[in-house]
Amino acid sequence: MSGLLAGKRLLITGVITDQSIAYSTAKIAQEQGATVLLTGYGRLSLVERVAKRLPNEAPIIELDATDPEHLERLADAVREHVDSIDGVVHSIAFAPQSCLGGGFMDAPWEDVATALHVSTYSLKALTAACLPLMAPGGSIVGLTFDASQAWPAYDWMGVAKAGLESSARYLARELGPKGIRVNLVAAGPLRTIAAKSIRGFGYFEDAWAQRSPLGWDLTDQVPTAKAVIALLSEWFPATTGEILHVDGGFHAVGG
Amino acid sequence: MTREEITAGLAEILEEVAGVSPDDVAEDKSFTDDLDVDSLSMVEVVVAAEEKFGVKIPDNEVQNLKLVGDAVTYIVSANATV
Ligand SMILES: NC(=O)c1ccc[n+]([C@@H]2O[C@H](COP(=O)([O-])OP(=O)(O)OC[C@H]3O[C@@H](n4cnc5c(N)ncnc54)[C@H](O)[C@@H]3O)[C@@H](O)[C@H]2O)c1
Repeated sequence: MSGLLAGKRLLITGVITDQSIAYSTAKIAQEQGATVLLTGYGRLSLVERVAKRLPNEAPIIELDATDPEHLERLADAVREHVDSIDGVVHSIAFAPQSCLGGGFMDAPWEDVATALHVSTYSLKALTAACLPLMAPGGSIVGLTFDASQAWPAYDWMGVAKAGLESSARYLARELGPKGIRVNLVAAGPLRTIAAKSIRGFGYFEDAWAQRSPLGWDLTDQVPTAKAVIALLSEWFPATTGEILHVDGGFHAVGG
Repeated sequence: MTREEITAGLAEILEEVAGVSPDDVAEDKSFTDDLDVDSLSMVEVVVAAEEKFGVKIPDNEVQNLKLVGDAVTYIVSANATV
């Protein structure tokens, strides 16, 4: 098998529909020669149905990224299929409704804590759980939404993403000596389940349509997935702690 | 495939995915209001229906599928154009 990821074994989280960024990532990874293992959260029957649409079969391991038992079992569960992995994709985020759509001043701490646990801390937790499976040359890639400014409606998820971005830099610092890279892709708005649950997501759709120098397709996960693939590959060997924007150029230009 | 056959197929899917009793499924029933199908279950019903009936049900169509009969109508027309 040839391709950018020939011979690589990847653990990919975050597939829930075929619109998930993780789904496109898994599909392109397989097309590029990788062996893909998926993790599924919650509605595993749906993950299974969706996984059947991939070019090749991919085993599914149950993983709630906030459940210490799941995390502890993860490495052994992976070893039932492959003895080590070369890359991990973190494509996980969730915030209770109170945290999104304009309730910034009212969201209770318990809800904010959930958002941070699932969307921020999980990067460290997943990374730690996968470390025993990884060797120098390994790559960890997560998904963010540019957290350098405060957006309408994104609210506590924006705070969670700011923390995710910082966590990725700290993980880059921790894992650099082990030869493992940690990077994020900052995607523009895409119509996935996670995005559609944000009241006020329409703001992003309009803003991106107006401002992105390259234009932006809200229904095309492929550019984002390709960037994830590139960061997983051997073509960014000296890049870590980086945030790669895949947003049609939106972040670079004024409004 | 007749409307009755498609309704029966949807009833099977609804039972498997959301535990809906097949006896409750009829064309005039609303997925959310009558059959209590939550949004993630609805996503799975759509995926399962796509496989079962060999059609593609795009996102912007899913919003319009309020009643079981709406889904039947969509599947009939999608099958006709295959
Ligand atoms: N869609 C966008 O506009 C956009 C833009 C930039 C970044 N992102 C990021 O991309 C990533 C993937 O989101 P998506 O847009 O593909 O949506 P999605 O809804 O398809 O994926 C989100 C995933 O998170 C998983 N998840 C939620 N809670 C979990 C938990 N406790 N444990 C394990 N998994 C859990 C869900 O099962 C789902 O698979 C997220 O980090 C999201 O913030 C999305």
